[in-house]
Amino acid sequence: MEIYLDNAATTRPHPVVVESVTRALTVDYGNPSSLHGKGLAAERLIVGARDAVARTLGVEPEDVLFTSGGTEANSLAIRGLAGLARGRHFVTTTVEHSSVRVPLQRLAAQEWVVTELPVDHHGRIAAAQVELALRPDTVLVSVMAVNNELGTMQPIEEISRVVQRHRAAGSPTLFHVDAVQAWGKIPLRPMTWGVDLMSLSGHKVHGPKGVGALYVRPGVRLAPQLGGGEQERGVRPGTENVPGIAGLGAAARLLAADFEETAARMRALQDRLREQIRAIPDVRINTPPDGAAPHVVNATFRSVRGETLLHRLEQEGVFVSTGSACHSHNPTPSHVLLAIGLNTTDAQSTLRFSLSRFTTPEEIDAAASALRHAVAELRALVVP
Amino acid sequence: MAYILLRYGEIHLKGQNQRFFVDRLVRNVRESIADLGDAQVRHAFGRILVDSPAELISRLRKVFGIVSLSPVRVVAPAFPDIASAAVDMVGAALAARPGVGTFKVDTRRADKRFPLTSMETSREVGQAIWERFPQVRARMDHPDLLVKIDIRDQAYLSSDTIPGPGGLPSGTGGRALALISGGIDSPVASWLAARRGMTIIPVHCYSFPFTSERSKEKVLDLCRVLAGYAGPLRVWIVFFTDIQRTIQLSVPEGLRVLVMRRMMMRLVERLAEQERAAAVVTGESLGQVASQTIESIAAINAVTRLPVLRPLIGADKTEIVARAEAIGTYEISIRPYEDCCSLFVPPHPRTQPGLQEADEAERGLPVGALIDAALQRSERLTITPRWARDPVGVGS
Repeated sequence: MEIYLDNAATTRPHPVVVESVTRALTVDYGNPSSLHGKGLAAERLIVGARDAVARTLGVEPEDVLFTSGGTEANSLAIRGLAGLARGRHFVTTTVEHSSVRVPLQRLAAQEWVVTELPVDHHGRIAAAQVELALRPDTVLVSVMAVNNELGTMQPIEEISRVVQRHRAAGSPTLFHVDAVQAWGKIPLRPMTWGVDLMSLSGHKVHGPKGVGALYVRPGVRLAPQLGGGEQERGVRPGTENVPGIAGLGAAARLLAADFEETAARMRALQDRLREQIRAIPDVRINTPPDGAAPHVVNATFRSVRGETLLHRLEQEGVFVSTGSACHSHNPTPSHVLLAIGLNTTDAQSTLRFSLSRFTTPEEIDAAASALRHAVAELRALVVP
Repeated sequence: MAYILLRYGEIHLKGQNQRFFVDRLVRNVRESIADLGDAQVRHAFGRILVDSPAELISRLRKVFGIVSLSPVRVVAPAFPDIASAAVDMVGAALAARPGVGTFKVDTRRADKRFPLTSMETSREVGQAIWERFPQVRARMDHPDLLVKIDIRDQAYLSSDTIPGPGGLPSGTGGRALALISGGIDSPVASWLAARRGMTIIPVHCYSFPFTSERSKEKVLDLCRVLAGYAGPLRVWIVFFTDIQRTIQLSVPEGLRVLVMRRMMMRLVERLAEQERAAAVVTGESLGQVASQTIESIAAINAVTRLPVLRPLIGADKTEIVARAEAIGTYEISIRPYEDCCSLFVPPHPRTQPGLQEADEAERGLPVGALIDAALQRSERLTITPRWARDPVGVGS
């Protein structure tokens, strides 16, 4: 039995995705820049993928740039803007993914100023906090749509309105949203909301690893971070990752086809898991009951080490995470869990369960039952 | 002709069985470079000569028994050949090390038929070097560059001396099992015992799910580093989970680590029969942690008849870390996965347990059955150096 509940780390590629990647590797392997038919066939795959991704966001295809993944999309948004910027101030939160935090920390070590907004016990900021933090020289506000560890949604529309008002008053401020965990889980409408930049990743939505996208509102200019050809309007040069992009396109079509039903199904499974976890004694559920994406349940199992519990569940074929996957190699507790007020011991006793379109009610029940037994068993061992 | 000259140290002091040690060393040298083509390995005049490019030095400097190595040039034992080789050598050294400003020539003349004395040879060769490279000066004390000339059947010239690991050739010192965790100390202890010529068979007590699969990978990576010195190693991964669990449930908190160590010793003693091993090597350093006080050590020793070798018993942590860095295990040891010991250490382990107390604490444990069950589920692997193949399972 294999119950994979680590979908916020990565997802199993959909068979249709695998097929489209394979086709791009075996049949349509031309270089999109080549003049001959092989090149044209590859170019068509990219055009199709760009179209499919754009549809999921309700934007124009030409405003979607392909990248090597969410990290590059975030980095390109932040550094690409810093390279051309007309100000020196950034606003972000304390719970961003490291691919947003680290580029900003590096800028802060230079002549830039970065304001990190603290979050409440659900991991959420209020638009009013952004309003207070904005300065005339604020270049960018970067806030994730859905937190990768907690599933908490941020008030993106409200923040966007605040940023737009600020810009109307003459500031150069743009708004970037890391939507890597949000894509396919909650509705995203950057153009309607007035978001200027939005990052996406393929492998969180059953697409391939190593491919992602950045939505760039028309009129927003970014300094390329690589030198090279004219691909992706020169902003992201380099021969296109055609198999990856084709797979990303396939994943985008799949998620658009049944977005609402899938989200509703995940939501029901999330509730089902949450209820069963809540029945375990001495548990704290860190994912907020309202205003969370439908695929994450984060919970603290007091007096059990998260890492041990994870491996115990692994023995039963249940795969989960102790934090975001990037943290798992790092023994220091997650900055997100500390930011919402957990102490170090509780942060180290915390697991994240994350669902996908493939998750079934039977899997949730089996995982919850394995969890109940594992927690009881390990707690019996730690009694002094 | 370019060679690498390998010098060995205390093997010279061996009497009747010097031959045994030298033959083994030559064989180990050959094996350490066997995959890199057919370099000739010769033994002559109490040294070993490998006709090979300098790239082999990184391998050869890990062969136990070798005290130092030098790239050498071998020329006819005639003054003009020697002088021109010396000038070439200094030229190469100046190109590689821009800071060199002084040099010295040091000659040893084993073949007394050579017309110049050692002193005269050094002086004349020095003169030739200075004429070609006037920017360097001769200097007797602490020269930047020392050119050594050894006149025997041929003349051997060298300018760099690279330290080897020393010790005795692997395979000349008997067999021992070595308890190895993922920590810093135990790989160093294993290395030190192996350096004395012992064949080391690492034994790791594996406690999944209390430790992760990656912690096992870490141990195997440590063994791979050790194999880079000692050659292919046999490694035991002992299934320790049920023993851990039982101890946790039935032994008083303050004695758990002690009982765990005693169980490890019993496991090792059983494996020793199977592996024909004469001793066990551990990484204990006196007083470092509660289970390493002399009282704990006495209680641990009481369960085995095997000699327990503790090469680090008198070493401080800083020395152990420095050694681990030098041999290349440190970076692996500090990977964050929990090792066998750290998860279950209670907050206040007893530091001065009595032997009787330990026996008492184990009264409820089905010791024999636990050991049998653990060994039944253990695996034996063969680990080759990193430059060779991946581990191959050979069954349990």
